[in-house]
Order: sequence, then structure tokens, then C-alpha cells
Amino acid sequence: MELQTDHINQLLGQIPDPEIPVISIVELGVVRGVSMEGDKVIVTITPTYSGCPAMRTIEMDIFNKLKDEGFEHIEIRTVQSPAWTTDWMAEEAKEKLRAYGIAPPNEHINQRVRSILSDEVTHVQCPHCASWNTHLTSQFGSTACKALYKCDDCLEPFDYFKCI
Amino acid sequence: MTNQEALVNYCLRLADNNLILGHRLSELSGKGPFLEEDIATTNIALDLIGQASSLLQYAAEVEGKGRTEDDLAFLRGEREFYNTLLAEQENKDFAVTIARQFLTDAFDYFFYDELKKSADARLAALAEKSHKEITYHLRHTSKWMERLGEGTEESHRRIQDAVDNLWRFTGELFEMNEVDEILLKEKIAVDLNVVKIQWDKLVAEVFANSGISIPENVFMQRGSREGKHTEKLGYLLAEMQHLHRAFPGVQW
Ligand SMILES: [Zn+2]
Repeated sequence: MELQTDHINQLLGQIPDPEIPVISIVELGVVRGVSMEGDKVIVTITPTYSGCPAMRTIEMDIFNKLKDEGFEHIEIRTVQSPAWTTDWMAEEAKEKLRAYGIAPPNEHINQRVRSILSDEVTHVQCPHCASWNTHLTSQFGSTACKALYKCDDCLEPFDYFKCI
Repeated sequence: MTNQEALVNYCLRLADNNLILGHRLSELSGKGPFLEEDIATTNIALDLIGQASSLLQYAAEVEGKGRTEDDLAFLRGEREFYNTLLAEQENKDFAVTIARQFLTDAFDYFFYDELKKSADARLAALAEKSHKEITYHLRHTSKWMERLGEGTEESHRRIQDAVDNLWRFTGELFEMNEVDEILLKEKIAVDLNVVKIQWDKLVAEVFANSGISIPENVFMQRGSREGKHTEKLGYLLAEMQHLHRAFPGVQW
């Protein structure tokens, strides 16, 4: 039984995030667990953001992947608690984001963001030239999980995967 | 009123606030005053509509009459919506959009923080999730309040006008009725008196930082708890529900 769930976990690890295809949905922390009830596979997932439009695609991708691998009965359950957090993202995944041109979540900022009306923080490293001389352009970016920054050295704009 | 009816109404109240305000913000998608703000309002709209979706699903389950989340969003009439009058007000000037959002974010920030302690596990979980998102919204809008209030004479005049016009809708945010009474006993609902104290304090702080004065002696409009709305909601619903009513049962 354990062997089988390990195998399924491995398969899920091959599914890329629809919006940031360099990391898998497992690395992102969206997959919360895999279990078996008889011959039924139950995959538990949690949304990154309440309105994240990628969730439907992720569900479909899981379903199709497992169907292709010969699983007949698949159920996908969505849980809201514990709420998804960027803390679940492994170092390896953060490196992949950086290489892809997205600044990974910075835990130092995370602490500050959680207090209301705190000052803007600019300790985000440019993924292009590694400069720390950057500034926030907007707290909201091209997807729910990102903010917009600009590098003051190489002058390139870039996405920052914001902490939540 | 049974406990079950009270819980359905409570969920609808929360869901409708998010759905209607989310829809209002979505009207700016592609038409924001500038690119970053267009993206910001669209992102906030997405969070709110996502939160509404989870709450409507829960309302439908608790009700247990076979209605779906979509039925609740698209097939209820105006008098069956329980969103606040504030949420349904039009975007108009950008200052109005920001003031409406800030006053709501400040309320939601403290409300959902309290709701995390709800005895209803499902609501507590949704609150935990929502609260994280609202923190970002509030930071964004409180910064805008300062920028507009302390910006130019023109921006100051517009944000003060917006606050003066919207203030009359803030009284009913804290109104409690039989629904709250029943659910407070069960430790499910949030005591809005507690939220009011925190809201007053934060709004006063942000207004003080922004040079905005709090309107005085304002007659407070009310009615949304009984499904009585301003004329703005009907037009919004006509647009929001059009597709679903024209093509019944249509799926994305
Ligand atoms: Zn750079």
C-alpha cells in the first residue's frame, strides 16, 4: 500500500504547475496527501489563493495523469486548512524559480508582511543580475502569487513570488 | 428561525459581500487607470470571487435543497442578496473605488481574524485562508488612501469627497440581527462590536496619516440584512446574471 502511494506521489511530482512550469505541483505544496480507499486513489489538494484559476487545470492534470497510468477510480479532494503557505516550498524549488527569472519568496519579508500597515520592504534579489538594489512596483502581478519588482542596477522588471 | 437557516443566511451574507464587490472590481479589468492598478484590482477581484465561491458552496451544502453554488450566484433575485450597501456602490472615480475598498478591507481584516476562532470548522478554515489574502488587499488600499490624501489638492479633494459619500454605508457593517444572535450562542458568528472597536481605530489611524477627516453626524443608511438595497444592485445583477439566465445551466 505504501509502495503504491509512493508511486502515485512520484507521478504527481511529474505534473508541472500550469502557470510556472519549472516547478511541479508537489514542489509548490498544492498536493497535501495521497491515500487509497480500496482501489480508489484519493488525492488531497489545497488552493494557493482562493481564486487561483489554475486550480481547475491542476485537478484535470492530476486526473488525466493518473488515468493514463492505469488508475480507474480517482477522487480529488480540496481542503482549505491548513492554509497554503510559501513556507512549504523547498530550497530546490526556490532555486528553480530563480533560474527561471522569478525571485523566490523571501522569509525575512514574510514576517513583516503579516503586520498591517508595515513599511514597504525591498530586500528582494534580482533573479537576472543578483543585485539587491531593487524596488517594489506593485504588490499584485501577472498571477495571484506574484508581485512586480524592478531592478535598479540592470533595470529589468521581474516577478517576485510573494510570501503568504 | 432554525440554526440551519441562520447559518445559511450568514454564509450568504459573507459570500454576497465578496461576490458583489469582486464583480464591481472586475468591471475595471482592462480599464484600470494604469497597468499596475488594472492588474491589482483584477487580482483582488479574483481573490474575492474565489472566497465567494467557497462560501456559496458551503451555503448550498448547509441548505441541502439541491441548489448549487451557481444557482445561488446567478438565480437569486435582488431581494435575496445580503451584501452590504457599501459593496454594491459603483466604481466611478478611482478615489471612490479605493475608499470603498479600504473601508471594506479594514472591516474584513478584523472580521476574518475573529472568524478564524469560529466553532464552525469550515468557516474557520475559510477565514484562515481569506485573512492572508485580505492582509495584502488592506496594505495596498491603505497606502493608496495616504497617497491620495497627501498627494495633490485635487487628489485630496476627491478622496475626501469619496469618503464623505460612502460614510453613510458604513453603519450597517456592524449591524447584528437574529442570525447573529443565534450563531453567537453557538460560538459560530463573530461579535461585530469587537470588530467595530478595531475598525474605528485603524480607520482613524489611516485617515490621520492621510489628512482625511472622518465625516460627522452622518445619517446611516441600512437595509441589506433584510435584502433591501440601493438601486445600484439591480443593474449589477442584470449584467452579472445575464449569461446564466440566457443560457440556463451553461458551464464554463
Ligand atoms: Zn538586476
